[in-house]
Amino acid sequence: MLLQGKKALIFGVANDRSIAYGVAKAFKDQGARLAFGYPGDAIRKRVEPISEELGGEFTFQCDVTSDEDIAASAKTVSEKWGGVDILVHSVAYARQDDLKGRFMDVTREGFALALDVSAYSLVALCKGFDGLLADGASVMTMSYLGAEKVVPSYNVMGVAKAALECSVRYLAADLGPRGIRVNSLSAGPLKTLAASGITGFKGFLPIVEERAPLKRNITQEDVAGTAVYLASGLSSGVTGEVIHVDSGFSIMGI
Amino acid sequence: MSVAEKVKEIIVDQLGVSADEVLPEAKFVDDLGADSLDLTELIMAMEEEFGVEIADEDAQKIVKVQDAISYVEAKKG
Repeated sequence: MLLQGKKALIFGVANDRSIAYGVAKAFKDQGARLAFGYPGDAIRKRVEPISEELGGEFTFQCDVTSDEDIAASAKTVSEKWGGVDILVHSVAYARQDDLKGRFMDVTREGFALALDVSAYSLVALCKGFDGLLADGASVMTMSYLGAEKVVPSYNVMGVAKAALECSVRYLAADLGPRGIRVNSLSAGPLKTLAASGITGFKGFLPIVEERAPLKRNITQEDVAGTAVYLASGLSSGVTGEVIHVDSGFSIMGI
Repeated sequence: MSVAEKVKEIIVDQLGVSADEVLPEAKFVDDLGADSLDLTELIMAMEEEFGVEIADEDAQKIVKVQDAISYVEAKKG
C-alpha cells in the first residue's frame, strides 16, 4: 500500500459526492489514517457519518476563515497525532450571485470573500500547520480550468482559483527546503454540491464529453487516483504543479 | 414503485425523517427540517434517480413534498 500509516487531514468533505470524499476513500484504501475538518454544524452532521464510514480517527471544527479555529485545530491534531503527512484542501466558496452573469458585477465584499475562503485559506492552513507538517509531507488543493481560461458563470471563483494556483507555487518554494511538496489538482467538472452553485454548470458536462480527448467526463476515482499519486512517494520530485485531471479538455484549442 | 413512492423514499433517505412525516403538504424546510444543502442534495438525488434535469429556477419552486412528486410526474410524462 502506498500510504501505509500516513496521517491525512482532509478539509472539504460535504457528502459522498465531494471530491474530498473520493480522495479520502482512496487514501484509506492505501492504508492512510484519516481525520476530517468541518466548518460548522451544517457540515458536521454530514461529515461525521462519512468519517465513521471511512474509519476516520477524529473530526474537528475548523472554519478556514478563522485564524483562531485553525490554531485550535492545529492544537487538536498535535494532541491526537503529533504530526501530519498529508493535507488535503478542497474548500471554496463564493456568493451565489457572484457565480452568474457578468464577472465585473462582483462586489468588493464578494470578491474578498471568495478569495479569502477559496485561496487564502490554503495559505492560512499551511501557516497554522507548519510546525506539524512532517518533513516530506504532501499538501494538495483543488483547482479548476476557470483559473486559466474564462469559464462562463465561474467568474470570481476563477480569479480565486488563479490566486490559489499561484499560492501553491509560493508555498512550494517556502516549504520545499523541508521536502514538503505543495500541488494543485485541476479537476474537470464533477457534479458535486459545490458545483451546483454555479449557474449553468450542467451545461459544462456535455461539452467536455464532446470535446475532451478522452470523450468522457471525469469521475471521483480519476481525481482520487491522482491524489494518491501526489500524496505518495511516487510523486517525490513533483511540487508547485497544477495537474489537470480533466480528460484532456484543457489542451484543446477549439 | 410509483413516482410518488420513490420520491418519498428519496426524501426519507436524504433528510433522515420517518416515512409517516413525508405527507404531500409537508414543507421541506419548515416541516421536515431541511437546510439549503439538504435541498440541493435532494434535487441531485431526484435527478439521478429519475434521469431528469431540474433547472435551478424550477428547483426553487419545489418547496413541499407534492411539488417534488408533481414535478417528476410531469417531466416523466
